[in-house]
Amino acid sequence: MSLDPRLTQRLAKAVLWAMTVLTVAVLVFIIVFVLRKGLPVIDLGFLTKSPVDMGKGGGIFSTIVGTAALTALAVLIATPLGVGTAIFLTEYTWENTVTRVIRFGAECLAGIPSIIFGLFGFILFVTTLGFGWSILSGGLTLAFMILPTIIRTSEEAIKSVPPVFRTVSFSLGGTKWQTVTRVVLPSALPGIVTGIILSIGRSIGETAAVIFTAGSALRLPTSLFSSSRTMSVHFYILAREGISMSRAYGTAAVLIIAILLVNIATYRLMNRFIRKYS
Amino acid sequence: MNRLEKKDRLIRLALLVVAFSAVSILVVITVFMFGQGTPVMFKYGLGKFLAGSDWYPSEKSFGLWPMIVGSLYVTLGAMVIGVPFGLACAIVLTEFSSRRVRRILKPVIELLAGIPSVVYGFIGVVILVPFIRETFGGPGLSVLAASVILGIMILPTIISISVDSIEALPPAYRAGSVALGATTWQTVRMVILPAARSGIIASIILGMGRAIGETMAVIMVAGNAVSVPGSVLAPVRTLTSNIALEMGYAAGEHRQALFATGVVLFVIIMVLNTVANLTSSRRRGTRR
Repeated sequence: MSLDPRLTQRLAKAVLWAMTVLTVAVLVFIIVFVLRKGLPVIDLGFLTKSPVDMGKGGGIFSTIVGTAALTALAVLIATPLGVGTAIFLTEYTWENTVTRVIRFGAECLAGIPSIIFGLFGFILFVTTLGFGWSILSGGLTLAFMILPTIIRTSEEAIKSVPPVFRTVSFSLGGTKWQTVTRVVLPSALPGIVTGIILSIGRSIGETAAVIFTAGSALRLPTSLFSSSRTMSVHFYILAREGISMSRAYGTAAVLIIAILLVNIATYRLMNRFIRKYS
Repeated sequence: MNRLEKKDRLIRLALLVVAFSAVSILVVITVFMFGQGTPVMFKYGLGKFLAGSDWYPSEKSFGLWPMIVGSLYVTLGAMVIGVPFGLACAIVLTEFSSRRVRRILKPVIELLAGIPSVVYGFIGVVILVPFIRETFGGPGLSVLAASVILGIMILPTIISISVDSIEALPPAYRAGSVALGATTWQTVRMVILPAARSGIIASIILGMGRAIGETMAVIMVAGNAVSVPGSVLAPVRTLTSNIALEMGYAAGEHRQALFATGVVLFVIIMVLNTVANLTSSRRRGTRR
């Protein structure tokens, strides 16, 4: 410790900044690399035609439809459960053993790896309940996976609604439920939507949980019970089995663009929400 | 009024039921995983299952030892890379950057969390693996490649939770230290990091959980050979890849053995989660 503190300060700052810049550089590199290789592959046909010959030719239309269907189903199932849980935790109870159990359950669920969700979804939905490899099985599995995210973000959003809003509603004779549905939820909506968009991002990128529950059929899905391949699964199969590198890059670029859009939307909403209440 | 009160009570009950959805799902997952996985474990002996090093599913020989060690190696490797970089980013974000820089940096780093794991795996295959093969020799598909990719993937977890715990510190800590004439770095090293320790530890444990549980990226870069790796350049198979690689065609006891692999993974993750949960709740307790 004989070094001049000011010198150490400068040194530390330089090293920490260098590490941060390197981290950001890796991220930028990944995105630029995928987009540069993938964007030239993408044209209208790539987006609107279904894969031909295991993905060697054609586009990725059916996988886009599959991804959208799975994600939509997952969000439709998880949102009421997640928002309901958040409403209960914030408005209808106080901190006690019950809430601790619920929070612990949600936290544990958030930590479970997607491959375990995949195994579980396979054994429960695909085989035990007999849904087979289908959008239904995959959507339910994804719904379970994104539930903790929706609970946490909704809870935070509801908590950040100023207490005075509730007091005013009660003083006007509103019941608890009226206060929740007409005052609290509308004010917390941007925060809740942020959580939903985050979950959409996670669903789009998920592979391990989906490949064993939704299967990998390339046909355009026609019902909840059709098996369908998502973009991530398609990309994984194209790259791993070396079917077509250029198409793999194209699919990856579409995935990255979707994720970028999701992140930008989340960030803008979040900022607006924070500005509103602080 | 009475009717409304009755309705409110019903709604409370309904919400209580909904609120238990996450817990019920957790219970159902536990029951199914253990129900599917444990019979085959006990049939061939728990010791042989966990410590045996022969994995020949067709000959009913199920030894998970190479995969357990493999998961451990890549996770430790990921920590070696992820923890210093994660902490550096967290410190820069909270202490060494202006508000304007932070407003750009934070969403950019959060974007790392959004990139699908298959894309990380792919980048690993097309860039990192050839690089390792040409620079250090060996097959390229290795413990090292998996560690680097996982190290990058756990950064968002470590950064966001560390940043939260540092930002939650009372401003007086910082002000007091600076008032005594300490530099920012001295403040970070002697005040901020010790005070935010439990949150940082929790972030590292959760990062470990993510690294152990990651599947698709690891499959693509780790080489997946069933043997305890002799060096960082040797290929390795993790618990997660073991499941994902063979689930497609496994049946009967083989499939049950894969569920048993899932049980081992599940137990490890639950222990890590509980430890992380305890450290962060202790932190919450001491602050009051």
